Amino acid sequence: MKGIVSVIGKDRLGIIADVSTTLTEQSVNIVDLSQTILDDYFTMVMLVDLETMKCSFKELSDELEKCGQRLGLSVKIQHQSIFDAMHNLEYGGFNR
Amino acid sequence: MTNLQSVLETIRMIEKENLDIRTITMGISLLDCIDSDGEKARKRIYEKITRLAKDLVKVGEDLEQELGIPIINKRISVTPISLIAAATSEEDYTAFAQTLDKAAMDVGVNFIGGFSALVEKGYAKGDRILIQSLPNALASTERVCASVNVGTSKVGINMDAVRDLGHIVKEIAERTKDNCSIGCAKLVVFANSVEDNPFMAGAYHGVGEPDAVINVGVSGPGVVKAALEKVEGESFDVVAETIKRTAFKITRVGQLVGEEVSKRLGIPFGIMDLSLAPTPEIGDSVARILEEIGLEACGTHGTTAALAMLNDAVKKGGIMASNHVGGLSGAFIPVSEDEGMIAAVNSGALTFDKLEAMTCVCSVGLDMIAIPGDTPASTISAIIADEAAIGVINNKTTAVRIIPAIGKDVGDALNFGGLLGYAPIMPVHKFSSEKMIARGGRIPAPVHSFKN
Repeated sequence: MKGIVSVIGKDRLGIIADVSTTLTEQSVNIVDLSQTILDDYFTMVMLVDLETMKCSFKELSDELEKCGQRLGLSVKIQHQSIFDAMHNLEYGGFNR
Repeated sequence: MTNLQSVLETIRMIEKENLDIRTITMGISLLDCIDSDGEKARKRIYEKITRLAKDLVKVGEDLEQELGIPIINKRISVTPISLIAAATSEEDYTAFAQTLDKAAMDVGVNFIGGFSALVEKGYAKGDRILIQSLPNALASTERVCASVNVGTSKVGINMDAVRDLGHIVKEIAERTKDNCSIGCAKLVVFANSVEDNPFMAGAYHGVGEPDAVINVGVSGPGVVKAALEKVEGESFDVVAETIKRTAFKITRVGQLVGEEVSKRLGIPFGIMDLSLAPTPEIGDSVARILEEIGLEACGTHGTTAALAMLNDAVKKGGIMASNHVGGLSGAFIPVSEDEGMIAAVNSGALTFDKLEAMTCVCSVGLDMIAIPGDTPASTISAIIADEAAIGVINNKTTAVRIIPAIGKDVGDALNFGGLLGYAPIMPVHKFSSEKMIARGGRIPAPVHSFKN
């Protein structure tokens, strides 16, 4: 099971470090990462593996939200399947 | 990995353009709850609903969190109560409505549909009693939704029922007048009603459906409008294609949610209904899509063509995105629930007659329209008859959900609040339809119904 972490907001020092630490604390592995500056906003999307996650999805989601509050930007996690369903013709359902 | 642009597009649709799963509706058959003793039947009904739907709200909330998309409503539809209650000797079915209301409240769903009767070819015993019970049932419950099907393309229109419902609609308005006649917002009079519609107030669980089923309704007028903003001035070929692609994406999310809810609850997935269902919020309006296509205001000349194209493109986009598309799928055009429609009525651009024309090509019918409180019952019946005729002749679902605003007239408004919104009172024709409606009987099936 994989998740997509999206980080959107004003650029500042240590965003990647802080988000990565939050994920690492819960044994969530970052599989892929892509970032850009869009309309002056720092925009980062991470593909993460939730198989080894130590906490529940809700707890991870809450932790990331707190991390976002610390950094003053939006940090969210969503199941990868919603993006697959919308954008990949050959998507494989909820648990791929 | 899904690319950055796609991820951001999805997030933008949800956060800025009001993409949401409008409803997860669990259809529940009550056929095995029938008993000649009304008390026993109601006990079984309550037990079955609360047993099957006990985790519906929780599963909806879990998925909302995991997928990061709002799931606005969790609802239930049941077998038409006229069929279930007919086995009893009771002469008023209000107690059945109250049982449904309590079951809905106890499992935490906001509406339960199926206080319904299918009378297109005539009244059976239970149908007549149910229709007579409507004012009392809707005045004494909060979450119960009712519907009556008065016509089909196969059998024609039951004009006795059309006549009776004119009076019933007025009585419901009167009984609930202290609360904006809200009872009328919970009664839909259909032609060609569908058995797997997840949207309220017209949802019921057809007799051909399985014991229980999950149907999902997804919405996103704001997403379609935003997509069209990017193709300003382009031809209709481009506009239709843009709507199709957008509809595909939206429907895919509904399909995902439906499959997963079904798996978690252990109840089969029925259908996916992609209906552009507006809300009174800014940025969630079907009228504004039509205006984006190039109309100064919704309701002016060209509106019917734009809506026809929209409705068709939505269906085409949705069909490939789901393994079973059903329900009503298309564009809803309720007045009170659509910020752009309300504005169009207030500016004089949108009239009752134009709305009727629009119902020939939209996915349902005359919806959430407030009319003067002194409108005669026969005029309401005539409005229902016109709408049913459009559905029956054109092989489509049509419906009437109108609210006579007791003690109010054109220039006033009803403010329901919430998703039901705000309805400026629209004028109707003053010339009488009394003698036409008094005829009763049945309008025969149209010639194109004989296909065997």
